[in-house]
Amino acid sequence: MSRLYTQDHEWIDVAGMQATVGITDYAQGQLGDVVFVDLPEAGRAVTKGGEAAVVESVKAASDVYAPVSGTVTESNPALTDDPALVNMAPEGDGWFFKLTLSDASELDGLMDKAAYDAFLASL
Amino acid sequence: MLATIGAANIDELFIDVPAEARLDGPIAGLPNHASEMAVERALVKMAAKNATASTTPFFVGCGAYKHHVPATVDMVIQRGEFLTAYTPYQPEIAQGTLQVLFEFQTQVARLTGMEVANASMYDGSTAMTEAVFMARRITRKPKCIVSAGVHPHYTSVLKTLTRFTGDVVEAGTPVFTKGAPGDDLAGLIAQIDAQTSCVVVQNPNLFGHIADLTPLADACHKAGALLIVVVTEVVSLGAVKSPGEMGADIVVGEGQSLGAGLLFGGPYLGLFACREKHVRQAPGRLCGETVDASGKRGFVLTLSTREQHIRREKATSNICTNSGLIALAFSAHLTLLGEKGLKHLAALNHARAVQLAERLGRVPGVTLLNSSFFNEFTLDLGREARPVVRKLAEKGVLAGVSLGRLWPGEKALQNGMIVAVTETATDEDFDAFEDALDEVMA
Repeated sequence: MSRLYTQDHEWIDVAGMQATVGITDYAQGQLGDVVFVDLPEAGRAVTKGGEAAVVESVKAASDVYAPVSGTVTESNPALTDDPALVNMAPEGDGWFFKLTLSDASELDGLMDKAAYDAFLASL
Repeated sequence: MLATIGAANIDELFIDVPAEARLDGPIAGLPNHASEMAVERALVKMAAKNATASTTPFFVGCGAYKHHVPATVDMVIQRGEFLTAYTPYQPEIAQGTLQVLFEFQTQVARLTGMEVANASMYDGSTAMTEAVFMARRITRKPKCIVSAGVHPHYTSVLKTLTRFTGDVVEAGTPVFTKGAPGDDLAGLIAQIDAQTSCVVVQNPNLFGHIADLTPLADACHKAGALLIVVVTEVVSLGAVKSPGEMGADIVVGEGQSLGAGLLFGGPYLGLFACREKHVRQAPGRLCGETVDASGKRGFVLTLSTREQHIRREKATSNICTNSGLIALAFSAHLTLLGEKGLKHLAALNHARAVQLAERLGRVPGVTLLNSSFFNEFTLDLGREARPVVRKLAEKGVLAGVSLGRLWPGEKALQNGMIVAVTETATDEDFDAFEDALDEVMA
């Protein structure tokens, strides 16, 4: 399945009922230099649109929301030592957490790349 | 303008004041006018009716202690650069203030045996409450167990502040046990369950008893809970093992003993220290050491995303200040003492308390409850203590705090009186206390 996006600038890669979540390049540019990421612990239940993580830059602390509901399976250990990875590789190695979906139909409301690019152009 | 806001007259603006508390005429007995001299004379005459800590043999503790504060402290804190400097949000013009905060934090961390300390809170009671909230955030568990040896006013503040936060507070009544009055540590350990976020104990406890908290710390950690230790007499840290060394996760306390004086109840100084791994959940201001663009050392408030001006309702606390002037006074006093001086002061406090406890214990009918204490101990008078304290005051001795005053109606505690002794009590004060107690107990 190809990558999907939210209006809060999270991306989600789905394989079966497993998914990986991160923030987009646009988001990291808006945030500025990331200094700390507060990630959810494995086993935490998240709901679609609910706060899942907090990303802190020199400018502000922003919530990162879960694009879909489910249970967190792991968080990216690389971000603890090197939060700057979020700025350098937001859509790759700077992923935030992985989760098991509880309701795959929630993916229906998310944007594909073309829709997200159009959304960005409108901002 | 009254019409604009919809009030018929000025009295309508005071409708929230209960009717029985409202004035219905001039204040009785207050003359229409008087000269400054006459007012001063009248008030001085009224004040002379008080038996004060500075003029009377004084043995009252229970959370606020009469220690000698050197005159140098006042000289330092009255300097305009400190006294009127504003809050240090602009580090480039606040390096003096920030350096003091950094040194203060370092002192508090060392005293408590912890890794990080903040720039201070309002007082010991609110610092304790903030620690409970922090434990709940870290563990995500709802229940806090408060030892009965914690100052009841502190527990009362915690209960007030948790009325609307959903925290469950389990607090017991103290035991009047010979040897270990106040806490029941084994009982506390048995109370810890899967819902417990923290256990809160005071050391020395309200009754003056000192315990090894290591078994309690281990029991907390096994259950995934935090141990919060409260210290209300900071001078005790010059003699008693630090809470950090005994496994505490958060240490809170009252810094009043150093630098402040009794101040008729405040402003006081909340101490707050924790393990570094939890620092992002800590409340209050944190001052950090850094380097400026030229590589020179500088100080700055840091980890500000914990605070409400950045995170609003997601902040770790709503506090956006610290007890700056009193923290400076504490730091100045402690700097004058040094580590050696603090240990000497603590040893002196303890030795004097031991002397008085021995003398009072020999008065017929009086028994010392504590097997261990620092500078404060509990006596069992064998009869209701509250009237005894009053009679001693009439004889010119402010002897201590009766347990009946703190727990009215708690029959098992009524015969107890808590006595504090510091370096300021003289042999004449001891004589006066012993003589007066002999007379009252006869």
